[in-house]
Amino acid sequence: MRLLVGTRKGLWAIGSDDRRAWSVGEPLFFGQIIQHAVADPRDGHTVLVATSTGHLGPTVMRSPDGGSTWSEASKPPAFPAGDRLGRALKTVFWLSPGNPDEAGTWYAGGASPQGLFRSEDGGDTWAPVSGWNDHPQWETWCEWPEENTPDGSMLHSVIVDPRDADHLYLGLSGGGVFESSDGGTGWAPLNKGVAADFLPEPDPEFGHDPHTVRMHPLMPDRLYQQNHCGIYRLDRPEERWTRIGDNMPPAIGDIGFPIELHPRDPDTAWVFPMDGTDVWPRTSVDGRPVAYVTRDAGVTWSPQSAGLPERAWFTVKRQAMTTDPGDPVGVYFGTTCGELWGSADEGASWTCIARHLPEIYSVEAA
Amino acid sequence: MRVRIPTPLRSYTHQQPVVDAEGSTVSDLLDDLDRRFPGIRFRMVDEQGRLRQHMKLWIGQDAVTDLSTSVSGSDDVTIMQALSGG
Repeated sequence: MRLLVGTRKGLWAIGSDDRRAWSVGEPLFFGQIIQHAVADPRDGHTVLVATSTGHLGPTVMRSPDGGSTWSEASKPPAFPAGDRLGRALKTVFWLSPGNPDEAGTWYAGGASPQGLFRSEDGGDTWAPVSGWNDHPQWETWCEWPEENTPDGSMLHSVIVDPRDADHLYLGLSGGGVFESSDGGTGWAPLNKGVAADFLPEPDPEFGHDPHTVRMHPLMPDRLYQQNHCGIYRLDRPEERWTRIGDNMPPAIGDIGFPIELHPRDPDTAWVFPMDGTDVWPRTSVDGRPVAYVTRDAGVTWSPQSAGLPERAWFTVKRQAMTTDPGDPVGVYFGTTCGELWGSADEGASWTCIARHLPEIYSVEAA
Repeated sequence: MRVRIPTPLRSYTHQQPVVDAEGSTVSDLLDDLDRRFPGIRFRMVDEQGRLRQHMKLWIGQDAVTDLSTSVSGSDDVTIMQALSGG
């Protein structure tokens, strides 16, 4: 069992045989900004890392052997030279493996501009997904040329339907959730029922701010979304999201960054609520860290704070929470204070796996 | 011509602080540098051919922002990068 922890200052691989005693290794790509590090579940040994530094351009590092050796993408994600809008990618923000039947296929989301890129050779060479990047509505749907998101406009949560490689979803912060049923050529907004309290229209078609969108791998018609304005579930072919966050305790609310799913139970999901009041400190409500779990697809929620500090003032970012495939499922989150927390009992109790790391941007099980 | 490489880019030049490269313009020079050290150009220059923010190029004592600027074999080229941040 290994966790890939992307931070503002490098990548850490943190391993354990029993999910209780953990070994924190030396950093990889020390000093580089690691937005996302993802192992390929299809082959078990490929790892891709989205990296940049404060001033150098973005790139992708790849390992064919679980992290023993690394090479840089020979053609990193980028807009085409001579792009009609003169776009240049600042950051590779999100990495998603493609369909299980398309070995070596990956998607990358940009921040910013909110570009979508695809690799068909295990992340060595990347091409823009023109159907998205050059969609007639791209400039309307995306934050362009002005960015309204404080940390930059992001394309994230690229989801590939395991039943159909041409069926894709993606999330824009800001912009909303979008769906393609033809491999990324055509796209349509999928935001009905989702609040966008920061927009003047009561029920806009797009412009929302999904923070994380997840599809359950065993029930691909079920989507969950942690949005800037609440927690939602959508069971396709329905098109209207249900705000299951309304069932959270009112004092806690339903604002947060991540939402993570039980790998075998489509009714179970975890969130890490944060303070979305006043000027949005984005720390735990009242400085009291607590995860919440639902076992019934969002009808009821239960707090899980055993082992967590009574008071703390960190944020859990959107890629910084994950689950593992164990039984019981392991749940993990990393904090902006550089702490990695884990639970080997589905959130019933938490222990601190690592302290004093740099600010954590992503945590993925490998 | 001699090209001085800043520390953030030396992973590409096998930690060499000074390397040789050729070209009649800055853009040609960077292309040649990329042939010798694959990947280094894109870290400095974006896909639209613009020098990335905080990257600086000097020919001798002169700062250069136009990649079509001519260079000659006797020039010393310095690549500099701001290390601001935290």
